[in-house]
Amino acid sequence: MSDTALRNSPDRVWPAEGITRVPAWIYSDPDIFAKEMAVFHYGKTWNYVGLVCEVPEPNSFKRAWVGERPVIITRDAEGEIHVVENRCAHRGSLLCWKNRGTAKDLTCPYHHWSYNLKGDLMGLPFLRGVQGKGGMSRDFDKSRNGLSKLRVAIRGGTIWASYSDDVPPLEDYLGPEILMRLDRLVSRRPLRLLGHSRQMVESNWKLYWENSRDPYHATLMHPFLSTFGILRTDGDYHSVPLQEGRHEYTYSQYDPELRNKASEASKQIKSINTDLQMKDKEVVSSVIDEFQDGMMGAFQVFPTILVQQYFNCLVIRHVIPKGPGAHELAWTYFGFADDDETLNTLRLKQSNLVGPAGFVSLEDSEVLSLMQPVVESYPDSVQVLEMGGHGTEAQSTMMTETLIRAFYQFYRREMDL
Amino acid sequence: MLTDGVESAGSTGIKAAELRDFYEEIAACLDAEALREFPAFFTADARYQIISRENHDDGLEHATMYCLGRDMIEDRVMATVEAALYQPRSLRHFISGVRVTGGDDGEVNAEANFLIIESLLEQEPQILMVGRYLDRVVREEGALKLRERSCVYDNYRIRTTLVIPV
Repeated sequence: MSDTALRNSPDRVWPAEGITRVPAWIYSDPDIFAKEMAVFHYGKTWNYVGLVCEVPEPNSFKRAWVGERPVIITRDAEGEIHVVENRCAHRGSLLCWKNRGTAKDLTCPYHHWSYNLKGDLMGLPFLRGVQGKGGMSRDFDKSRNGLSKLRVAIRGGTIWASYSDDVPPLEDYLGPEILMRLDRLVSRRPLRLLGHSRQMVESNWKLYWENSRDPYHATLMHPFLSTFGILRTDGDYHSVPLQEGRHEYTYSQYDPELRNKASEASKQIKSINTDLQMKDKEVVSSVIDEFQDGMMGAFQVFPTILVQQYFNCLVIRHVIPKGPGAHELAWTYFGFADDDETLNTLRLKQSNLVGPAGFVSLEDSEVLSLMQPVVESYPDSVQVLEMGGHGTEAQSTMMTETLIRAFYQFYRREMDL
Repeated sequence: MLTDGVESAGSTGIKAAELRDFYEEIAACLDAEALREFPAFFTADARYQIISRENHDDGLEHATMYCLGRDMIEDRVMATVEAALYQPRSLRHFISGVRVTGGDDGEVNAEANFLIIESLLEQEPQILMVGRYLDRVVREEGALKLRERSCVYDNYRIRTTLVIPV
């Protein structure tokens, strides 16, 4: 992308108040969106693309996304994992049409250019033409016309890709706090893929990104959380920005008695109705404390995923931008290869909590899809972010917007806004 | 033994025509958002799930909505009615191609196509979901009940949110 395209329009000036205000044009301006993709997803970041168990054996492949670009995760005959663009080097047509599968090579349906699973061009029909006529020029070099290859990093059961040669190694990019939390969920034992749920949300990707940094809304907009005592404003809760706002984590210590406690805070929430009881309590309680730390929490790895544990439901939310006004939320649910039937069933049951039909998540896509037309109609309006003060420090409360402010501190610096 | 196009299966005496009426009743209940009446269409040990074709075809177990037992169906209904926030909507189910595909031991296997159109405020009606029901149906005290219903949706993605059972 040219420097001209990366320069911000002179009209795009961040409000003087700084990170306690967010201008609405960042959610709809196509130039801002194009710059975000160039600076973030195609820039110096590591993008989550999938799980190792999605390409379980040599010669398997799975389609995935980096920003708006379709890519393919492959495992070659020797077992090594690669990420290549799903774009034929010849004319740019979509190379791989199947969602996943096994193959010894990838052949473009258009002109049958054929690549091995490392992405190298192996052959093309009529290289020397027919009957001495046509064909590629003599100096055409197959070794320089392979698929575009991304850098790949593997951590435990997760696969990451980057367009950048300068991005630090994945471990440094994630940092020790995220690494510890990621390893807890994906690195101790081989993973088992339980499946995906996907939803199209017609809102800018950052509205979702902020939403999962916003504990303030959680007990208000998701009545299920406080009704069934999973999370309450008076429970133990921590919001911790990392790496100058790039990543973050939140966690709470699950308190099985929380439901029965009335407090000043619980009375402020209109939605609490203590008469309601789930008949099947396995969906809303910690039956098996598999990590033996009583912790529930989530963390964000910029710019692609939120990793979340609700009891025994382990899930990665992948935010895939689809232009300024939409994003796909791809939810990948997983367990461990050696899970027994009891634990596996618990994971499936508790996956009712989060997803496109999640008891504690369905409101998010509802509110954000209704919010997008509003922010588009008022591009010069500003949002207010003063819950928990004006700073970006870690806070031990849900009543804070510190994580969103920390994100915009990072965002403004990277985007030069 | 599964046989396509069987008009009634085994000793159950359940015929496609009766199934059609049964399915239309379930659809009418959902269209009317009479969710509290929905669990009564199931047996106590029923399994109800709404699963993507992507997962179903790959043999993956995760379902976007997953209920093991009628208790979980009742919980889903209660949570939706009492503790879910969603924009007002009208849903219309269109069910076709009801077929008995086999059965034994007092239950029939049946399939049908479904199409659900969703209408939201200030927007044109849109296809919410299209797919097929894969069912096991039994007769309990004279009335048909679902022992299993897998709603396998063809959509690659859910449109915004899935709130009401399919």
